[in-house]
Amino acid sequence: MAEKIVAGRTIQVNEEGYMTNPSEWTREIAAELAKEEGITLTDKHYAVLEFIREKALAGETLTIRKIGTSGIVDMKEFYQLFPGGPLKLASKLAGIPKPTSCV
Amino acid sequence: MKNILILGAGTAGSMMANKLSRVLDKKEWKITVVDPASTHYYQPGFLFIPFGKYSRKDVVKPTEKLLPRSVELIKSEVETLFPGENKVVLKDGKSLAYDYLIIATGARLAPEETTGLLGPLWQKDIFEFYTLEGALALADRLKNFNGGKLVMSIVDMPFKCPVAPIEFVCLADDYFKKRGIRDKVEIYYVTPLSGAFTKPIAARMLNQVMQERNIHIISDFYIEHIDNENKKLVSYDEREVPFDLLTIVPLNKGADFVGRSKIGDELNFIPVDKHTLQMPQYPNIFVLGDAAAIPTSKAGSVAHFAGEILFENILHIIEGKAPAEKFDGHSNCYIEVGQGKASLIDFNYDTEPLPGTYPVAGIGPFKLLDVTRINHWGKLAFRWIYWYFLVKGRALPVSAHMSMKGKKVVS
Repeated sequence: MAEKIVAGRTIQVNEEGYMTNPSEWTREIAAELAKEEGITLTDKHYAVLEFIREKALAGETLTIRKIGTSGIVDMKEFYQLFPGGPLKLASKLAGIPKPTSCV
Repeated sequence: MKNILILGAGTAGSMMANKLSRVLDKKEWKITVVDPASTHYYQPGFLFIPFGKYSRKDVVKPTEKLLPRSVELIKSEVETLFPGENKVVLKDGKSLAYDYLIIATGARLAPEETTGLLGPLWQKDIFEFYTLEGALALADRLKNFNGGKLVMSIVDMPFKCPVAPIEFVCLADDYFKKRGIRDKVEIYYVTPLSGAFTKPIAARMLNQVMQERNIHIISDFYIEHIDNENKKLVSYDEREVPFDLLTIVPLNKGADFVGRSKIGDELNFIPVDKHTLQMPQYPNIFVLGDAAAIPTSKAGSVAHFAGEILFENILHIIEGKAPAEKFDGHSNCYIEVGQGKASLIDFNYDTEPLPGTYPVAGIGPFKLLDVTRINHWGKLAFRWIYWYFLVKGRALPVSAHMSMKGKKVVS
């Protein structure tokens, strides 16, 4: 566990850089964290991040398919917005814990 | 007269029908089971069929033979559930009222959800082994496969028996060695996960098992479509994996009536309280087995352990008491790794698979997270336990709750 100053605020992050306190999240923090990943956030990105936060904070398990059927983006667009591992990356930028898959 | 209605006569549904009919007074309670299938399958046995180790007769029994005589079996599909009205409507329009409902309609394969999966190569060079027919067709194809790229891939989580694809590639390694053509076959394991398995300690063991067998793991691969013409998998991030023979776990979904009744998630699995298996808005509806959206494996062992808890709870609830027990997510699976050996994992919502002994601390006879011959015998013996004890709802000498006794805490 470590502290990090992002967009002028102190946030708690774990060793992989995931925020551990979702309530510390702001849109500005997301933008800064995205920059570190080489991404400039657009309205579409924010719409996905808000969706992820809403679902995660309601205790729902998120999957790529759930986001791809959300009506905000399809799966292809989700990959384009958050290249590589979209769910992991989007979770990181949304200030929620790293998604864990059930076995 | 009160009604308990059970949807589904698979592992979970049959077990509950047997358990409840044994203790409930038949003058007061009527138990009805709804399932369109005449055949009950021993699904863990499907894994052995592609390699000619099991045949049809080893994995089938008539559905009604596994249910008690006092239970009425209606062979029909469910059209819609009206949870607010305590009513289920069947395909032919017949309506069934219930006091308590157990939904045990499991998971089904949805190959239609992946572009190109049901294309010209389906059942020619692309197979699944989660149905009897699929496993038998794959057995025929494997006999004529003399070399090239064998790719085992998984479309998405969650899916039934999450260790089965790992077992499949290990048994394939064995099979080709026995045929003397292992050097002509490349085996690939393609998964949307970041590794062979999700839980770190077990993943380490399984990665090593696969490495020793020269099985290549391609991770974080999320299939966008299957190119039949050029015989390759294409991912959403535009990576490609070529294949000569593809075995695939298609997307798993819950029953269609779940979607029609608007009680499920985007995959038609039903969110429930993970400890009591009750639907939050409808405390007289329970979801048992693969049909439930709970954070543990979709596996027979989970249906069994959760069923033991649910049985106790239902007996409390019908007497107007609160549920007495909490399901802890206990799951337990043998993992066949070929060469006549198997591993065993035992875990729950909070504890990942750890090394040790099972079910008796310090004695076993089974070794957790280790690869042994006796674990393999355990897996084979399990078929008899399944038919004569588990589905029949008879007690087994293992605890429904996961136990830390016999486990070694490692990191």
